[in-house]
Amino acid sequence: MAGKTLYDKLWNAHLVAEREDGSALIYIDRQIIHEVTSPQAFEGLRLAGRQPWRSGASVATIDHNVPTTPFNNAADIVDDTSRIQVQTLQDNTREFGITEYGIGDVRQGIVHVMAPEQGAVLPGMTVVCGDSHTSTNGALGCLAHGIGTSEVEHVLATQTLVAQKMKNMQVRVEGELGPGVTAKDVVLHIIGVIGTAGGNGHALEFAGSAIRSLSLEGRMTVCNMSIEAGARAGMVAVDDTTIDYVRGRPGAPKGADWDKAEAYWRGLVSDADAEFDTLVEIDASDIRPQVSWGTSPEMVVPVDSLLPDPAQEPDEVKRSGMERAYQYMGLKPGIKTSEINLDRVFIGSCTNSRIEDLRAAAQVVKGRKKAESVKQVLVVPGSGLVKQQAEKEGLDKIFVEAGFEWRQPGCSMCLAMNPDRLLPGEHCASTSNRNFEGRQGNGGRTHLVSPAMAAAAAVAGHFVDIRDLAAAGQSQAQER
Amino acid sequence: MEQFVKHTGLVAPLDRANVDTDQIIPKQFLKSIKRTGFGPNLFDEWRYLDEGFPGQDNDKRPKNEDFVLNRPEYQGASVLLTRRNFGCGSSREHAPWALMDFGFRAIIAPSYADIFYNNCFKNGLLPIVLPEATVDGLFKAEAADSAFQLTIDLDNQQVITPEGEAIGFEIDKFRKHCLLNGLDEIGLTLQQTDAIRDYEARRRTAEPWVFEEPQKQ
Repeated sequence: MAGKTLYDKLWNAHLVAEREDGSALIYIDRQIIHEVTSPQAFEGLRLAGRQPWRSGASVATIDHNVPTTPFNNAADIVDDTSRIQVQTLQDNTREFGITEYGIGDVRQGIVHVMAPEQGAVLPGMTVVCGDSHTSTNGALGCLAHGIGTSEVEHVLATQTLVAQKMKNMQVRVEGELGPGVTAKDVVLHIIGVIGTAGGNGHALEFAGSAIRSLSLEGRMTVCNMSIEAGARAGMVAVDDTTIDYVRGRPGAPKGADWDKAEAYWRGLVSDADAEFDTLVEIDASDIRPQVSWGTSPEMVVPVDSLLPDPAQEPDEVKRSGMERAYQYMGLKPGIKTSEINLDRVFIGSCTNSRIEDLRAAAQVVKGRKKAESVKQVLVVPGSGLVKQQAEKEGLDKIFVEAGFEWRQPGCSMCLAMNPDRLLPGEHCASTSNRNFEGRQGNGGRTHLVSPAMAAAAAVAGHFVDIRDLAAAGQSQAQER
Repeated sequence: MEQFVKHTGLVAPLDRANVDTDQIIPKQFLKSIKRTGFGPNLFDEWRYLDEGFPGQDNDKRPKNEDFVLNRPEYQGASVLLTRRNFGCGSSREHAPWALMDFGFRAIIAPSYADIFYNNCFKNGLLPIVLPEATVDGLFKAEAADSAFQLTIDLDNQQVITPEGEAIGFEIDKFRKHCLLNGLDEIGLTLQQTDAIRDYEARRRTAEPWVFEEPQKQ
């Protein structure tokens, strides 16, 4: 008999009941809650006269709607509907006895930054949230995926989900990553190879020496964008990096429990003889810094390549998608990425707002200035704790001296539910995860890149190959 | 949940692949704390020429007359015909809510994003998967007849064309059962309360740390 994959092990450990019709009831260890996808779920509980099965299994924070300029309480949120959602979450968590890291709490932040940081998510757990980027948490060796609001209510009421087992997929990235190539470039490259529907119906494990070499934060960046590859859940097996990350977190087990937990967690790896329904092998040395040019995350090119020609695309459906994307983006096939002029730059989001992301951006920016042609550069830390750490290291000063704006934690311009947004036609270098039409503001044009690439683009006013940055800095000095 | 047994309706063709949930219902409308009222803002950025925001009088907004749902021949459409990977992106259940609120009862496409597909079933909206070539054939048949209707018979798992051709489709048994009967899934799961409690008792012994509450202070 073939061995078990990491996903098989996590699935089996959470199986409450299997049904004759092929569906199963799986236990959910942790639910993360935010203000946008939960109000209707709490309302459903109230209407049915139900209580949460186990209120201690949930943890809530506010992120999607919060302004990134300082505010002291919900009443300070100018937008009426945003204020109502923030207030509604506060009311609901109080009524149902759920812990919320709210306004003014240093732990408040983007759900998928806050939860691992607090040890609210641990290896071996099943984790859900009404947010598709819940896959981020799979970096800790857990089964984590997004759900809809009806399921948020189902988990609140029963601590379980009705689920069908997904297929197993592994993407193995072997070899050493070149200089300037980050976790973000790895995942954008993977999406470019397998496409945005490549992982549909699968639980996606990222493996191989290049993935192992990433920090836990880097693995979160990769797992975060599993959903952009079509897979609801992304995950990385437990190793020393995982254990070192979890040790000492507020929610981590202590004493004898820790030893017991660590021994169990170390087994959360795919067996050597495990079989995958789909296996993709990628050579790390093929990965170059990536830039997305279109309106789907699979529309990416290496920074030193020309934008692709739709005429060369044999698939008719894909070709028409590319043509539509060029029209929306106001770009032409065959141009260089350096010919894309940028109006704004956004460094943040659940993909890239952790301390190492901010360090990478600051390292590029240090001693340089934002290009005059760039109207705004937003740097939005993922949580209050990330912000605190960055300030301790003086990163905020580096950004401010470069003419960047140092903001309060939240989702911000990744989805532009708060006042941070693009104007129609503006091009933005963004460290977020989606370049869909209008995602960052009606008519806005998003280019997905790594934090270092975004910072370099902010300085140059257009994309530059991070590997040539020294040269770019010199030419800027000459122009002055 | 609304039942789905059999439905006959006008087909609206949305000839695009990878339609994401940000397009189905843009984020500014996610600020509602209700499940209803999203229909007028379905595909907002494609349907209207101006920028939409919550609380507007949508009847007064300039419409994109070329967009399929604004064309006179598709008024009253209840079956959406579209291309691969429909509903990708954000997990927002507001997407099926908006499609239902607009009047759609079924979608036909070669494939869907997983979370969106799952969300449809919680709301009585039936996402049907048909092979790419079959979907292509339906697009062509629709183009030849702007009053093109399809009948969807869930019990027999068939899409029936105006000529009477029956096209079979696959669907998971549990989801079919829930849709046919309009069942409340939470109520069904709570019938298994003992199994959940037994499971919890086992895990509490083996992995007590899983049951620790997040720190409040």
